[in-house]
Amino acid sequence: MSAPEYTADEMMTVTAARQLTNGAVCFVGIGLPSAACNLARLTHAPDLVLIYESGTVGTHPSVLPLSIGDGELAETATSVIPLPEVFTHYLQRGRVDVGFLGAAQIDPYGNLNSTVIGDYRQPRVRLPGAGGAPEIATYAREVLIIMKQSARSFVKRLDFRTSCGFLEGRGTRHCPGRGPQALITDLGVLRPHPETDELQLSAVYPGVTVDAVRQATGWPLKTADHVEVLPPPDPADLACLRDLHARTRAAHSTPVRITPAATIR
Amino acid sequence: MNILPLNEAISRHVHDGDSVALEGFTHLIPFAAGHEIIRQQRRNLHLIRMTPDLIYDQLIGMGCAARLTFSWGGNPGVGSLHRLRDAVENSWPHPLTLTEHTHAEMAVAYQAGASGLPCGIMRRYATTDLVNVPHAPVAAAQCPFTGDALTLVPAINPDVTILHAQHVDRAGNVLIRGIVGAAKEAAMAARRLLITVEQQVEQFDTDMNAVVLPAWLITAVSFVPGGAYPSYAQGLYPRDNRFYLEWDDIARERQAFLDWMARHVLGLPDHTEQLRVLGVLA
Repeated sequence: MSAPEYTADEMMTVTAARQLTNGAVCFVGIGLPSAACNLARLTHAPDLVLIYESGTVGTHPSVLPLSIGDGELAETATSVIPLPEVFTHYLQRGRVDVGFLGAAQIDPYGNLNSTVIGDYRQPRVRLPGAGGAPEIATYAREVLIIMKQSARSFVKRLDFRTSCGFLEGRGTRHCPGRGPQALITDLGVLRPHPETDELQLSAVYPGVTVDAVRQATGWPLKTADHVEVLPPPDPADLACLRDLHARTRAAHSTPVRITPAATIR
Repeated sequence: MNILPLNEAISRHVHDGDSVALEGFTHLIPFAAGHEIIRQQRRNLHLIRMTPDLIYDQLIGMGCAARLTFSWGGNPGVGSLHRLRDAVENSWPHPLTLTEHTHAEMAVAYQAGASGLPCGIMRRYATTDLVNVPHAPVAAAQCPFTGDALTLVPAINPDVTILHAQHVDRAGNVLIRGIVGAAKEAAMAARRLLITVEQQVEQFDTDMNAVVLPAWLITAVSFVPGGAYPSYAQGLYPRDNRFYLEWDDIARERQAFLDWMARHVLGLPDHTEQLRVLGVLA
């Protein structure tokens, strides 16, 4: 039986989903993290608790939200809470197991930039900014990062540190959470070295060479003693992910019609 | 209950130079009120909002804002807010001073404002460069009881907070259901509170712990059905995700943006007419 055809994006999403254990409380960002978390929930981790920063706690969307606060998330949540409580009662209080982040730039210690490219006062590119990322990076027991890999975004020095990974490495991070435990890219998986905290290549996808990953990294990439070659995505996972994306596309292209509600007066 | 047509509520209660918070986290964003501010050509506003979203992209691009306090400035799930970027990167149509927070900071800043406190409190960890930028809005402190490191965030007290809500009852109380974001805190922090609302009902059919703003807190209520479009009103109409995707093209270039605003905001009398022109009225 031949392996099914799949894209690097699909491999990345399936790999990210596989990092999540059933029952974990997961703080979800929009985009790739949201796809990975919902895939995990629909496959091997049905009891995953998904919290979106809009205040939807324990949500079970049947389609992927475009924004962090689509109505689908509220309708299928265990509880919809005021936003300040998300960051105080849940995150700062230490009730989140896994935080899932992306960014525009990452450095060898998993520090992230989502604020500016160039100087803060005169940026070449103004990015959206911090949102919930700094506190997620600080308080979640562990952080997973999902990013497409390129030498332009995997840089030796960040233009701006929006949220922290291991800061300068070697135990310089002093935060409640343990920091990034895996960086999942479209080429493979990087994990922190147990002593230096530097991210090093621990696994590649089928057909990806270590050299190709080095080419797509803006610092001299170190590798683990043994770099695992991950198997292609499970066909059932792949089918589930494609269904999820198809449902999402259909839902997001439905025209909106507003019927002005009658008032009692 | 002080009912005013939206154009009158804005002309009476939103002035040049005011600090203005149009809140609603993804949900119930008061687009109609924002468009009326653009029509009345308010200037030098200090815009406050956790997620500026399309409505602040429009206000900034139309030259209404001198300052922005925010914590995440993108088009959610789509990409950049091009007008916000153009203002920051190229000072177009004029310079925009940023006061930049994290979501958590801004949430406690609203809470402090709503509670009559000078500042909000968070735990402090040396993690982000945001504390080092010009106009960095936070300060370090130490807990006098435990010695723990703390971050203090100055309270936010907008001159005007504007919210969109689903229902107002006969007595003028306002009900918000669904994702509430920091709407309640922004309302309680404000000096003046304007509400646009979908619908009036005899009385609310809801749990006793629902988010209800008592009539006597509210400066004025305006009936604006569909007033949150293209964001949404839980139970009444969904978010128009297609429009959020299309906005990326509309706002990318200055002239296309100005043309769209002329056709859909400046050239139209009100929000109902805009919904009709956009083809979303059933």
